[in-house]
Amino acid sequence: MPDPLVAQAAADLFPNGVSRYAVGGLLVGLGAVVIYVGTGIAAGASTFLESTLSYVSGQSRFQRYVSSRDWRVVFTLGIILGGAAFAATVQSGVITTSLYQPGTTGRTYELAGVTLWLTDVQPWRLFVGGVLVGIGTRIGKGCTSGHGVCGVGSASKTSLVGVATFLTVAIGTAQVVAALGVSP
Amino acid sequence: MADRHPLFKPLIFVGGLIFGFGLGFSHMARPEVVLNFLTFEDFGLLFVMFGAAVVSGIAFAVMPRIRDAAPLTGDRYERRLKPFDRNVLVGGAVFGVGWGLSGICPGAAYASLGVGNVTILWALAGMFLGAYAQGYWRSRSQARDAAAAGAD
Repeated sequence: MPDPLVAQAAADLFPNGVSRYAVGGLLVGLGAVVIYVGTGIAAGASTFLESTLSYVSGQSRFQRYVSSRDWRVVFTLGIILGGAAFAATVQSGVITTSLYQPGTTGRTYELAGVTLWLTDVQPWRLFVGGVLVGIGTRIGKGCTSGHGVCGVGSASKTSLVGVATFLTVAIGTAQVVAALGVSP
Repeated sequence: MADRHPLFKPLIFVGGLIFGFGLGFSHMARPEVVLNFLTFEDFGLLFVMFGAAVVSGIAFAVMPRIRDAAPLTGDRYERRLKPFDRNVLVGGAVFGVGWGLSGICPGAAYASLGVGNVTILWALAGMFLGAYAQGYWRSRSQARDAAAAGAD
């Protein structure tokens, strides 16, 4: 029988349990591993932004990604369709597992028998945040997958410092925004 | 590259599929869940980041010992090491403000579109705009540096 104090602490820190997070995280890592084992590439998601811009922009900065831009498009399409596969199966209730908790955030809607999901976070937050994410990951050489998954997995000091930096700043920012009463 | 193995892109695609499915399953593709993590209301996201890093870390440690080169590219197995400089701190801080404001990051944003979140197109538009602005500025400053070096 679990200690009631421990159970209470777990309920406070992890109100949605940990299984969906842990299983999802293992799958994210597995996706990166499949690519690494086959190709030796430690993939990150944010370089797609610059490499894809090389199709439409002649700026010299984007041309260095020309050789990798095709597979980065394939990788990103895979991520989008992977999310769609999740929506068509687990999110739609076609596959049920005790490891998955549905959650109550945002709104769901139906399209062609598939349960889809919409965020309630306001468009201006997504847009302004997106601009800063686009600038920041490119200056900082990586994002949550490049630095956070592949870099930390490589025990790269640069990536560990990068993750510590963006995690700390993000926590501070989210706290300030919440304190200002911006919701959702 | 033209001489790449025919399975190169299919494998990248399968890796992306698993990656995106995991982001959906973990709810990291939901900005609200990321914001709940950053405001200490739900620490579950720690398991996503560390779970993924542990799995990839095993591959980064083991593969170089088993094989010399990857089968589909012939590339050597190496760790992902990038040089450290001030940009890592500056860029990390800018990214952190954006992540904390919106709850989205690149990989999770692509997966979010897949789970049906069309509102995320605002974030994707923003990310491309930001990356373009940064690239435009870098291209200009490089051209300026080259011109200055040529003038010496």
